[in-house]
Amino acid sequence: MKVMVSVKRVVDYNVRIQVKGDGSGVNLDGVKMSMNPFDEIAMEQAVQMKDAGTAEEVIAVTIGPAKAEEQLRSALAFGADRAIHVKTDEEIQPLTAARILAKLFEKEQPKVLLTGKQAIDDDANQTGQMTAALLDLPQATFASAIEFDGDKAKVTREVDSGLETIEVDLPAVITTDLRLNEPRYLKLPDIMKAKKKPIDAMSVEDLGIEEAVKLNVTKTAPPPEREPGVMVEDVNELVSKMKDKGLV
Amino acid sequence: MSKVLIVADVFEGELQGSTARAVTCAQDLSPDSVDVLVLSASGSAAEAAAKIEGVTKVLSVERAENEHPLAATFAPQVVAAAKQNDYTHVLGPNTTFGKDLMPRVAALLGVGMITDIMAVNGPHEFERPIYAGNAVVTVEAPGDQVLVASVRCASFDAAADGGSAEVEALSLDAELPSHTRFVSADTGGSSDRPDLASAGKVISGGRGVGSKENFDIIFSLADKMGAAVGASRAAVDSGFVPNDMQVGQTGKIIAPELYMCFGISGAIQHLAGIKDAGTIIAINKDEEAPIFEVADYGLVGDLFKVIPELEEALG
Ligand SMILES: Cc1cc2nc3c(=O)[nH]c(=O)nc-3n(C[C@H](O)[C@H](O)[C@H](O)COP(=O)(O)OP(=O)(O)OC[C@H]3O[C@@H](n4cnc5c(N)ncnc54)[C@H](O)[C@@H]3O)c2cc1C
Repeated sequence: MKVMVSVKRVVDYNVRIQVKGDGSGVNLDGVKMSMNPFDEIAMEQAVQMKDAGTAEEVIAVTIGPAKAEEQLRSALAFGADRAIHVKTDEEIQPLTAARILAKLFEKEQPKVLLTGKQAIDDDANQTGQMTAALLDLPQATFASAIEFDGDKAKVTREVDSGLETIEVDLPAVITTDLRLNEPRYLKLPDIMKAKKKPIDAMSVEDLGIEEAVKLNVTKTAPPPEREPGVMVEDVNELVSKMKDKGLV
Repeated sequence: MSKVLIVADVFEGELQGSTARAVTCAQDLSPDSVDVLVLSASGSAAEAAAKIEGVTKVLSVERAENEHPLAATFAPQVVAAAKQNDYTHVLGPNTTFGKDLMPRVAALLGVGMITDIMAVNGPHEFERPIYAGNAVVTVEAPGDQVLVASVRCASFDAAADGGSAEVEALSLDAELPSHTRFVSADTGGSSDRPDLASAGKVISGGRGVGSKENFDIIFSLADKMGAAVGASRAAVDSGFVPNDMQVGQTGKIIAPELYMCFGISGAIQHLAGIKDAGTIIAINKDEEAPIFEVADYGLVGDLFKVIPELEEALG
């Protein structure tokens, strides 16, 4: 089957972000950028399907600035066969991203669209579900295990009460959670090979989709600060502090 | 004028506590009415929702397809209900139920969505966290569209019981797909411990606990203190405890009065889940562990020595 994976360029998960003093956003100057870790898990899933012979072709997609080509090259190094880069310098909100992905899905007709359950920049957790809705397709979110069987997939989902398993008809949209797999380390030969793989670049306008009405971010602030804490010497001191506060 | 519809979180026929938290969030909109939509196969969830103070009316849709909360099945019903009564706001809890469902609802309604409302500034202005809670943005939604959002449960207390809203059986004109089917649920067996999402006290363990067997000392201390048990991602990934115990950016976001953690280093993704905790107490053998930067009380020590001492001191 054909598998499409959508990946996003985000601030690396190890970076402690700084809010700009004027409240206009987060400082991204010189900050390390990476592929969203949940999308890496989606990529790994797709490539494992290729290794297992379940997938014939893996297409990686990103929506983002020119520099997001770096993340597409990583996706190609993972093992994607080709990539699509929808170029834009604007901030794309989830509903517009979903409209773009739905359009590409209709064009490419994959059996499954894989993507991370959330991007760790805006933490929205929306794009996969919205894309499924627009295409009137099944969605299986927060996947920690996926089993393909002909025109169906059985997906185990991480939910608040534990695990839930559902069955979906293909095509479907699946969003990946942390424990689905451990993404591989990219090796130099694969990174070299990725440089020669094709990337099809286009603009949002080329796709002829209508951009969704934007939610307007008017201010970005640091989170409320906690009072500085104290170190205690031993268990007795800790317990007496807890008693003072009425915690035990 | 705000007319709010809240989508109730019902699991195995029971109304979940997150619904009453969404009601509290809705009150901050100074609404004209707050209706709760209960989709279920049968059972008492609608009556339970009617008892939440501040609820104007409960809309109950009972049909066999609603036995399990599948987003693909629920979304068309929520959309039909939202349109039928011209609601201005459609809210769900930001639990895995709401995270799965609400974006699907928003896309079908053709509007953007606000995930994880932590404060309401006005009918169309909200605050929400980004970057694992390391920044908070103020977001304005267009006033001429229905607003779809999920509510960060840790930011709102549950509305009290004491209401007596009318329950209206609703029949909806919604075609339900058959492409998504429930297979099974694994809740890891029931436990008498308090629920992690709403507990007043939470004791949690990380990689430092070392093994599944060792985690028993965490459970034992929690039972002694009447606390719920949580864990870091590393503890879940290592198989010490099941996934529903993960606290953090991608696990549960909690706001207990007391959060006490053992053998957790304090990665930003973990801290994202406990920012609203009343008192944070950390026990770690490494005095440099970042968890001490956010802890109200920190104790450098070996958890395997500290826990027995604590149990003794607590009597
Ligand atoms: C996309 C993404 C999402 C993530 N989401 C989450 C999330 O939701 N929740 C989450 O928790 N993490 C999350 N993480 C993982 C996070 O980055 C950390 O890896 C994780 O929280 C570390 O868990 P830990 O503190 O238990 O383990 P470690 O960082 O390994 O820390 C173990 C600690 O135990 C201490 N220790 C060891 N032995 C003892 C002893 N005998 N007594 C006392 N102390 C001892 C050590 O000093 C150390 O500080 C996420 C990561 C990514 C990339």
